[in-house]
This record gives sequence, C-alpha cells and structure tokens, in this order.
Amino acid sequence: MIVQDDWRHGGFGLYVHWPFCAAKCPYCDFNSHVSASVDQTRWARALASEIARLAEELPGRHLDSIFFGGGTPSLMLPETVDHVLRAARAAWGFANHIEITLEANPTSVERARFRGFAEAGVNRVSMGIQALNDRDLRALGRTHDVAEARAAFEVARSVFQRVSFDLIYARQGQDRAAWQAELREALAMAADHLSLYQLTIEPGTVFGRRAQAGTLRGLPDEDLAADMYLDTQDICEKAGLPGYEISNHAAPGAESRHNLIYWRQGDWAAIGPGAHGRITLPGGRFATEAHLSPGAWLNAVETSGNGESLREAVPSCEQAAELLLMGLRLSEGISESRHARLSGASLSSDAVARLEALGMITRASDRLRVTEAGRPVLNAILRELVA
Amino acid sequence: MTELDLIRNFSIVAHIDHGKSTLADRLIQLTGTVAERDMKAQMLDSMDIERERGITIKANTVRINYPARDGKTYILNLIDTPGHVDFAYEVSRSMRAVEGSLLVVDASQGVEAQTLANVYQAIDANHEIVPVLNKIDLPAADPERVKENIEDVIGIDASDAIPISAKTGLGIPDVLEAIVTRLPAPKGDRDAPLKAMLVDSWYDAYLGVVVMIRVMDGVIRKGDQVKMMQTGATYRLDKLAVLTPAMKDIEELGPGEIGVFTASIKQVRDTRVGDTITHEKKPAAEALPGFKPAQPVVFCGLFPVDANDFEALRDAIEKLALNDASFSYEMETSAALGFGFRCGFLGLLHLEVIRDRLEREYDLDLITTAPSVVFKLHMRDGEVRDLHNPADMPDLTHVDHIEEPRIKATIMVPDEYLGDVLKLCQDRRGIQLDLTYAGSRAMVVYDLPLAEVVFDFYDRLKSVTKGYASFDYQISEYREDHLVKMSILVNDEPVDALAVMVHRDRAESRGRAMVEKLKELIPRHMFKIPIQAAIGSRVIARETLSAMRKDVTAKCYGGDATRKKKLLEKQKAGKKRMRQFGKVEIPQTAFIQALKMDN
Ligand SMILES: Nc1nc2c(ncn2[C@@H]2O[C@H](COP(=O)(O)OP(=O)(O)OP(=O)(O)O)[C@@H](O)[C@H]2O)c(=O)[nH]1
Ligand SMILES: C[S@@+](CC[C@H](N)C(=O)[O-])C[C@H]1O[C@@H](n2cnc3c(N)ncnc32)[C@H](O)[C@@H]1O
Ligand code: SF4
Ligand SMILES: [Mg+2]
Repeated sequence: MIVQDDWRHGGFGLYVHWPFCAAKCPYCDFNSHVSASVDQTRWARALASEIARLAEELPGRHLDSIFFGGGTPSLMLPETVDHVLRAARAAWGFANHIEITLEANPTSVERARFRGFAEAGVNRVSMGIQALNDRDLRALGRTHDVAEARAAFEVARSVFQRVSFDLIYARQGQDRAAWQAELREALAMAADHLSLYQLTIEPGTVFGRRAQAGTLRGLPDEDLAADMYLDTQDICEKAGLPGYEISNHAAPGAESRHNLIYWRQGDWAAIGPGAHGRITLPGGRFATEAHLSPGAWLNAVETSGNGESLREAVPSCEQAAELLLMGLRLSEGISESRHARLSGASLSSDAVARLEALGMITRASDRLRVTEAGRPVLNAILRELVA
Repeated sequence: MTELDLIRNFSIVAHIDHGKSTLADRLIQLTGTVAERDMKAQMLDSMDIERERGITIKANTVRINYPARDGKTYILNLIDTPGHVDFAYEVSRSMRAVEGSLLVVDASQGVEAQTLANVYQAIDANHEIVPVLNKIDLPAADPERVKENIEDVIGIDASDAIPISAKTGLGIPDVLEAIVTRLPAPKGDRDAPLKAMLVDSWYDAYLGVVVMIRVMDGVIRKGDQVKMMQTGATYRLDKLAVLTPAMKDIEELGPGEIGVFTASIKQVRDTRVGDTITHEKKPAAEALPGFKPAQPVVFCGLFPVDANDFEALRDAIEKLALNDASFSYEMETSAALGFGFRCGFLGLLHLEVIRDRLEREYDLDLITTAPSVVFKLHMRDGEVRDLHNPADMPDLTHVDHIEEPRIKATIMVPDEYLGDVLKLCQDRRGIQLDLTYAGSRAMVVYDLPLAEVVFDFYDRLKSVTKGYASFDYQISEYREDHLVKMSILVNDEPVDALAVMVHRDRAESRGRAMVEKLKELIPRHMFKIPIQAAIGSRVIARETLSAMRKDVTAKCYGGDATRKKKLLEKQKAGKKRMRQFGKVEIPQTAFIQALKMDN
C-alpha cells in the first residue's frame, strides 16, 4: 500500500465535539464548559457547515464511524444530532455497518432523550458511569448516583444495539478487593464493552491542584496501581471481555470501531471546539485542530466558514511515530512492514532485542506486539522504540 | 608619582558577609571616585557568579583620592577581599601588597572563624589593623559587646573600633580619616633599582593578560623593558594604568603605588603571583620572597553528559584556565564516563563556581564525579605516589600504606549547638585539639581528615547549627590511616566514577548510605537492578531497585496523539541528562547526590 493510502489500514471516521456539560468534574481536563444556555440551532448549523467544508476536501469517502464526544453530547437535542447526521450522510455517505456512537452521562435528563438519539441514527452509546458506589461518585463530583446510572443503563440497553460504559478506578481510598468486587458487579450488568480507566491526575484540574497542595490523599502507589491493572485484565478476560487496548475491553467483535480508527491510524475528520483530526489529502497527511473556546469556534465558523485554528503536515516519519504510540496500545500490535514503509527505516534492532529479551514485546508474522507484561509499562517501551 | 606620605594602602578583611564589599562601595561613593549614576551595590563584585551569589570571589583593587581633614589629598589603594575560606589565598596575597587592614566585624554577630583567620594573616603581614564595627543600623547590633568580644577572642585593642553602617553610610567619614591617621604610609626608595611585586593577574577579553603590581622601590614607566625575576621572561610594557575601578592610564608608578600593566603576555599561567618585576637593564639585586602558590586540594572528574561534547569541554576548560591559575586539569578516561578531565580546586565552592561557569558560559551539560582529595600511596618498593582519583587505586599487594591530608579546623558556635558540632566532628573522624569560650560562644579546634570535610561538611555544619557556626581551616599534614577503596556496582557492573576512598571502620555505614541513596536516585527500569558497595570482592552493602511496574497512559484517543508525542519528546530530553551504564541509566546528578550524608 502506498503512503497516500496508508489511512485505509484504519478506515475513515468523523468526530464531533460537543463542549458543554451540566457541571465540571474535578478530575476532568477535557475541553468542556458549563454554559447556561446554548443556541442549539446555531450549533447544529455550524457543525453541518464544517462537515460540508471537509467533504469538499475529502471526496469519494464513506464513513465507517461517527462519534459524538465531549463534554456531554447527551445534552444535545435529538434534533441537533439528527441535523449533524443528515449533513454527514449527504457529505460522504455511510458504509454498510456504520457505527454511530454518542457519549452519554447517566442522569435522568439524558435518559429521556435516548429514544430520540436512536431515531436520529445513533446505534451505540458509551455511558460515563465512573463508579458503582455513591460515596465515590460524590468524591468524583458526579451529579448522578448509582441507582440513576443503573436506570439509565437499562433504558440504553433497550434502545440501542450496543452499549458500553466507563469506570474510573484507582480512586482515593480504593483497595484491591473493593475494585475487584466493583468490577465483577460491572461485568454482571452484561455490557459487551467496558472502558476501565485508572484515575489520572491532570495538571490544571481541581484534583491536579489538590494533589500539588498535598491534600488529595489515599491515591494508590505504583505497586497497588499495577496490581489493580493486572487484576482488571485478569477478571475481564475470564468474563469474556479481554482487553483489546490498554483500557478497553470487549467481547470479540464488540470493539469500538471508532476508536480503532485512531489506534490503527486511519483518517478522521474532526469538528467542534478543540477537536483534533488527521486527514490524508493529495498533498499528504495533515493534523487539524479547531479553535478551543466554544465562542471563538462558533464565531470563526459563522464568519469565515472555517473552524480550524491549525493545519499542519505530518511527515511520514512522524506518522511512523504515531503508529507506534497509538498502535502498540492494541493487543493486535502493529504491522512492522507498515511501520518501515512510513519511517523509511526499521526499528532500532538494539532496542527491539533488549525489549524482546525482557519479555516486553513479541514479534511474529510481521506483527510487533506488546506482551501482557509490557502493557503496564508501555510508556517505557515507547521511550525505547520511538526514535 | 606621589609622595610616600600621601599614600595609604589597605585591604578590607572580614568573615564572609560581614560587609566588606558594601563598605568598599561607600568609600568609593563618598570620595566621588565613581559618578553617582554609575554606582551599584557591591560594585567591585563584577563577575556574574559573584553578583548572583552575593559573594566576593576575586580580590579587587580601587585607587581613591581622598581630601583629608588636614587639607592634604591622599591616594588610597583599597583591596576588597573575599570572605569564603576557599579563596583565603586571595586574601593572603593581597595583604602582602599593603600596609594595613580594615578589620570589619558584623556588630550583630561578632567575631567568626574567618575573622580570626584573617586577623592572624594580617598580623603575620605586620599590618596595622583598624577594627570597624559594621551593621550598627541593625536592631540586633551590640557594638559594646562585640568590642569586648574582639578583645577577648583576638586579643587586640578594640577601644577605638569605628562603629559604622556600610548600608546607610553612617560613620564612613571616620573610616576615611582613620585610614589616613592610623595606617602607616608605605616605605620605599625612588632611586633604587625597580622592585615591584606581582600581586595578581587576569585575562581581559580586550587587553589580554593584565598584571597588577605593587611598586616597592624604583619607578616603572610605560614602554619600560621589564623582567620577571622568577620566570626570567622579559616584556615591554604596552600600557600602565591605575584602577578607579575603571582603568586609567598613568605615566609612571613609584614606590608605594599600586597599578596594572599589559605587555603582550599570552596566558595568566605565564605570570607567577608573588614574582618580582624589575628593569631588564638595571635589575634589582635580589628578589622579593615570593608566595607559596595556591595548591588545589579538592579533585573531581568533569565529564560531558553527551560524549560528543568532549572537545567543547576541553576548549571551555582551557579558556577558563587562562584566567584562573589556581585550578588544575588533566585529561582522564573513565570506563563508565568516557573522556573527561580530572580537575583540582581550592575547595568545594571553587569547584561549584568553575562547574557553573562551564555549564553556563559554554552551554555544556556536565557530570561531576565524587570530589576527592590527594592521597599519598607508599608503595612497597619505597615509591610514593599521589592518588587523585580513587578509580586509579593500584593493586593493594603493592601498597604498603596510605596517607591522607589532615586539616586544622576552627569552628565558632553558640554553645547551645556545641554538642551537635562535636558529634559532627567526631563522626567525621575528628580529634579535638582545643575548646575555649568567649561569652556564650565556643571555639573548637579539631584535627580532621580533609576527605571528610571537602564534601558536605560545611552544609551539615550549617544545618546542625541553623547557620550560626563559622568555620575555617588550614591543611596541616599527611598522616597514615586505614583507608580502603570502596567500589559501587550497579547491575553487577562496577561504576568507576562512583568509587570512593573511605576509612575501613566507616566503609560499611558509608556503603550502606550510598547504596540506599542510589536506590532513590536511579529511576526504576523495566528490570530489577542490584546496587552494591564492595571492598575488593567483598560486598559490604546491597540494595535492590525493583523493576518499574506501571507507566502507561490510561486514555489515549484521537486528540491525544499530539499531546502524547510532546510528552514523549519531553521524556526523551530528560533521558539526555542520564548516562548509560551497561543497561542502566544513571542521572547526571546522582554522582554527587549519592555521597551526601544527611543523617
Ligand atoms: N543592615 C546592614 N546590612 C549590611 C550592612 N553592610 C552590608 N550589609 C549587607 O550584608 C550582606 C553582605 O554584604 P557584602 O558587602 O556583600 O559582604 P562581604 O563581606 O563583601 O561578603 P563576601 O565578599 O562574600 O565575604 C549584604 O546583603 C549587604 O547588603 C550594614 O551596614 N547594615
Ligand atoms: C471524554 S470523557 C466524557 C464523558 C462524559 N462527559 C462523562 O463524563 O461521562 C470520557 C471518559 O474519560 C474518563 N476520564 C475523564 N477524565 C479522566 C481522568 N482524569 N482519569 C481517568 N479517566 C478519566 C471518564 O471515564 C469519562 O467517562
Ligand atoms: S468528565 Fe464528562 S461530565 Fe465531567 S466535566 Fe468532563 S466531560 Fe464533563
Ligand atoms: Mg565581598
């Protein structure tokens, strides 16, 4: 496959960023804002106009996936979602088995909109349940409790073909046994896909500031965090939801196709405030970035017909680096020949030999994979491999 | 040329930070030597490092015109000296060029260890001493008590010590007047053959080597053909000037005067401090006694973090050495660190200053290995060898015994901290020589191994006494002791740059402390790493750095690729400040940090 067609390894998707939330969670560093009123008609029009702009540059493609992420896209009105999806279908057309995902917060407000989303074409939801006990939900600053989350989940299961949910573990004061029990409860809810994230303390968030001030107590140390990670792999695997990515678990065939586009380094058009895209044009592969603040973005789209704040060529050596960064997160690993084509050179044989000897990576029939032992220290492996 | 009677030459000496440079500022200012708009605090401290650290490193000279109360205008040559013990050599040679000293004592602190050391030097140099009590503006100042303190501890008359505040300017006219009335005029014979003392020399980017002299006898003029009596080299004077503090050309300098000249001299090393300068044609019959050259006492290896920077390091060291004859260097190869230099310094502050300048002025990243002293190896065949680097320790079967340098250390401390100080000295293999009191301050004199002091003794002393102790030392002798080389093995491989010489009885505790420290300093790797201390093949301490268990980004989606790439680049840059030893990466700072004993 020539470099110009490299994106076909991953497919083509559309990411739509909805930057509004009902409240800001203390751990969250996503581009999300609390806003009293949002003129959804204007937003729907602006998003559709961005789709039209990109469609002109990327003719002849079919969408394998669309993802509404946030922020809290479940705060969008079903009509807004409908408007965006119509624009996308008109611009590119849908592949036969298109996956259309929407991130939803599990409160009663959103639950009431689920049917409308499904009617607009959404066929998968990813719900931010985060924890299965009320005390921890409050500590995480969530506005829902467990009962509400379970109710929303049940409605979602009856409305959408596919439902996934997110949990955050390695929380303050959480021990190994508590997490194991919580995870088993989660698996009993019989979703076919789970995203299980270790709590990350991000600079610039409330938790970040508290951690720096030394007032965020009870976080696990490296050893406990490692044990919790290994427990997670183990328990999910036994329950039939093996980890196909560092933090994502699915029954075979139920993987998130959208996220696979990122990890397999396909192309994705990205619209909405702060959205990052990667698109292959006749002149090569480009990274795009949209204006971060919702106001600036809306204004740019409405006045100049373009919400992008940055467009930058990604030379093929950097594509090779991105392939390692993203692709080695997957249990399927990466194709060595694909990497060599992009980078124009093979991986450092010293580093590869060292990592192989340590049991951190394996190589077989053109695939380089990170082993179970290697996954928890993937960053260290990448430091060795990425030139 | 000035009448001898109208000249006064003096140095300003004191314990570190007692206000020498600030007093020099006021003397310069009050006499209008420097225009008001050009004044700045501690204006003689012109090097970046001096300004940044607020200390004087190099002695500085200024010529001042002072119209005294007797109606005559005097020429005053002032030498501001450094207070820190590493630069004591600057003080001693400055004193040889002048007849008197202003002894500055902080009126809120009293006599400290370097006050004492400097007074003894001034007495040795036959100086008239004028005590000055500084900082009387401070609420804690107690001039009367400090006068008593000076008389008790030093034994000189302090009844007419001058109370001043160098900060506010209070009392400065009295200091100027005392310089004229209480310090002696220089002596000398204008008609005798030229005899001038080479006091200092430095490298100036525009002028080349500048030589500072004090004329004893005769007259020196621009264009003169002169001879250095020790080196035998001859030069023609291109320029003759006085320092005001800017260079001001002058026709001639006669007896008692201090000035500088240039003469197309290539390097500072070509000049010898203490040498006698005379006329080639009509030379002096005998030379001045000369000084003992400054001996480097602390040695360490300097290696580039990036091996490709070796040539750049060589270049930088050679340039710095042009201007600082007191530091020595020679090429060194280390199995672990590759090519670098073994450098000798006057003390740890001197080491830090040179290393800072190399890193900053020449943009180099350096690994500094454990500071060490020079051990004397008495070989079985009778040969005596200097050991500058523990890594070079020969096979023990050839060594009869080892000697190490000892110092006589004087420490002054408020008595509530005395116990801690004694314990510290005892821990460092010290032998108490003396213990006396002046009021509530104790003065202890210890015989200590220099090796135990060069590294972090001063830091420890400051911390156990909350900064209230002062410290001074002189090298006394070489003495035999049970010294052994301790090697450090990381992942079963010896790291020569971490080897140290230690006393046999302390090897185990030092070894344990070092391996524990290294365990904290070396980041976890993907595999476990044994860290051992050994004497010969006997392991005396061992720690295991367990393998890294978790380092992975939990969330990484479309928008995160860019962020992730940046993060990785940052981590890679961090890796650059590490050095690879076999499979292990050791941070550059670990070589020094591993030795710090903070128990
Ligand atoms: N309050 C007060 N502070 C003073 C006085 N004289 C000097 N200082 C302060 O004391 C500190 C040390 O002053 P310096 O003049 O640098 O002392 P030094 O003796 O030259 O120090 P070294 O050269 O490092 O030995 C500075 O912060 C000065 O501002 C004074 O009369 N009163
Ligand atoms: C883009 S967020 C938004 C989803 C939705 N707004 C919500 O909060 O449910 C997607 C997921 O990222 C995870 N997440 C966000 N910040 C995190 C952090 N600091 N550490 C770990 N996981 C985090 C949460 O599980 C969250 O559901
Ligand atoms: S975690 Fe979700 S709901 Fe909370 S602030 Fe972030 S995007 Fe909004
Ligand atoms: Mg000074």
